[in-house]
Amino acid sequence: MLRTPTRVFTGALALLFLFPLVWAAVASVSPQGGTAQTHGWGLGNYQTLAHYQAGIVQYLLNSTAVSLMTVAFTLAVATLGGYAFAMFSFPGKNVLFLVTLAILMVPYATLLIPLYVLLNDLGLQNSLVGLALVLTMFQLPFAVFMMRISFEAVPKELRESALVDGCGSFRALWHILLPAVRAGLVTVGMFAFLAAWNDFITPLVLISDSSKAPLPLAVANMRQQVMGIVDYGATEAGVVVLALPCILIFLALQRHYVRGFMSGALKG
Amino acid sequence: MTVRSIPAVAAETHPRRRRRWSSSLAGWGYALPTAAFVLIFFVVPIGIVARMSVSDWKLFTGDRGWNSGKNFQSALDDRLLWPAVWFTVKYTVVTTVILLVLALGLALLVQESSRWTGFLRTSFLIPSALGLASASLLFYALYSPQSSPLLGFTDKPISFLGTPMSALWSTVVLIVWRYAGFYMLLLVVGLQSISGDVYEAARLDGANRWQTFRRITLPLLRPSLALSTILCVTGSLLAFDQFYILTKGGPDNSTITIVQLVYNSAFQGRNDLGRAAALSILVLGALLIINLVQFRSLRGKEN
Repeated sequence: MLRTPTRVFTGALALLFLFPLVWAAVASVSPQGGTAQTHGWGLGNYQTLAHYQAGIVQYLLNSTAVSLMTVAFTLAVATLGGYAFAMFSFPGKNVLFLVTLAILMVPYATLLIPLYVLLNDLGLQNSLVGLALVLTMFQLPFAVFMMRISFEAVPKELRESALVDGCGSFRALWHILLPAVRAGLVTVGMFAFLAAWNDFITPLVLISDSSKAPLPLAVANMRQQVMGIVDYGATEAGVVVLALPCILIFLALQRHYVRGFMSGALKG
Repeated sequence: MTVRSIPAVAAETHPRRRRRWSSSLAGWGYALPTAAFVLIFFVVPIGIVARMSVSDWKLFTGDRGWNSGKNFQSALDDRLLWPAVWFTVKYTVVTTVILLVLALGLALLVQESSRWTGFLRTSFLIPSALGLASASLLFYALYSPQSSPLLGFTDKPISFLGTPMSALWSTVVLIVWRYAGFYMLLLVVGLQSISGDVYEAARLDGANRWQTFRRITLPLLRPSLALSTILCVTGSLLAFDQFYILTKGGPDNSTITIVQLVYNSAFQGRNDLGRAAALSILVLGALLIINLVQFRSLRGKEN
């Protein structure tokens, strides 16, 4: 039903959005002066990346460890918290929920300065665990909110029968309710992973030991390596390594993610 | 919320009081990890930053006691402060206007589902899978004089980040590329919640496309537009990554944002945590007021 001129126009627009990504991928393997890949096509820039300081493998491991820890902490805390907020009434419940949401209102920079001091006091300075704990805190408003509405959307009969059967509330959660909120868990997990993988300012403030830097920080630091001369080829390769997992996760879960948005619209 | 808690339902057959008490206990048990996280990593830091803002507290010497508001004085006396405020506001206005107009246009293009619009949606959304830092590094290479593919079109070299004006616009292009798809998605959701009957009625009344857009689509889209505006304004006022990576605040300190000023006070050059804390308390206050005003005015029009 779209006419040809519209198709040409919209197609050109789509290409405009895809162009920078395609260019980065192509440029990272193409010959260019001032990079490791001066003649012919090849993986020279990726080799530069592999041998930069602690090596890209180390930075990938740092990023993976931080992201997986953040996902695990976020899922554990938000599942229990969402269960508590959705199913129980206890004194202070509303205050705690509101304070959790208030995290969204405070700028990262305002929190990172005292957190830098606090993590030093806790002996977690320069540590990937400390970084993951802070990133988890930043995820909590969205994650707890999401898990609360996921538990509240479980049919009432299912929740009641879970308890009447005589199993304790924890067994009811583990065996009966958790499978019912799987979609919420996937969304929360994906957001936590992408946020932790991509965060820049948090490790910039909290991690000073360059061998513990996650990938975005390492690639950004790499630009200043030799006398201020920037190796753009290695930067392009770094961007590809950073972006690839995110794009793959996005494409794999796109249906889920876009449909989640859409179904929210139908209800609202 | 009409959801009753399970133990409260089960309490019918048990002594009420004991049941309620154990339900509270279980509830607190499950909420405990959340409470611990929020207390240790949010409430305590807010307390520390408040104390820091009125203390002589340097990065390497630690807390050396109350200094009676000198930090606020020193933060307000910074000659970079007002240029940074002005630049941040300018950047926020430019970004929000361009981003939302473009996102609305894209949303109108892809609101109906077909294979083609599915492809368009995915293309517009893919950049938002990247982190802001990755996107900034990508555009850093894209704008560089050595590797840029954009220089092939002219004989004269273009300087994307060389002048204050071009640095601002180059950053806006990066942000629009990275976020347009995300705001498009928010607005598509809003568009799809408008019932087809309303459009049908407008058509029967003989409204043309522009009238339909002005009188029906825009007013009914207000909640989605309000949410997008609040998210976009808040995000832009707190801009950091893109300028830290692309321009480092240059040329001539012309692209320093407020958050960058906070970061520089604390960790670069001055190493003055007290002053950075004072500045970030001011930012927090300003942000609360701005969001309150936005909330009031955007909601007020709705009624």
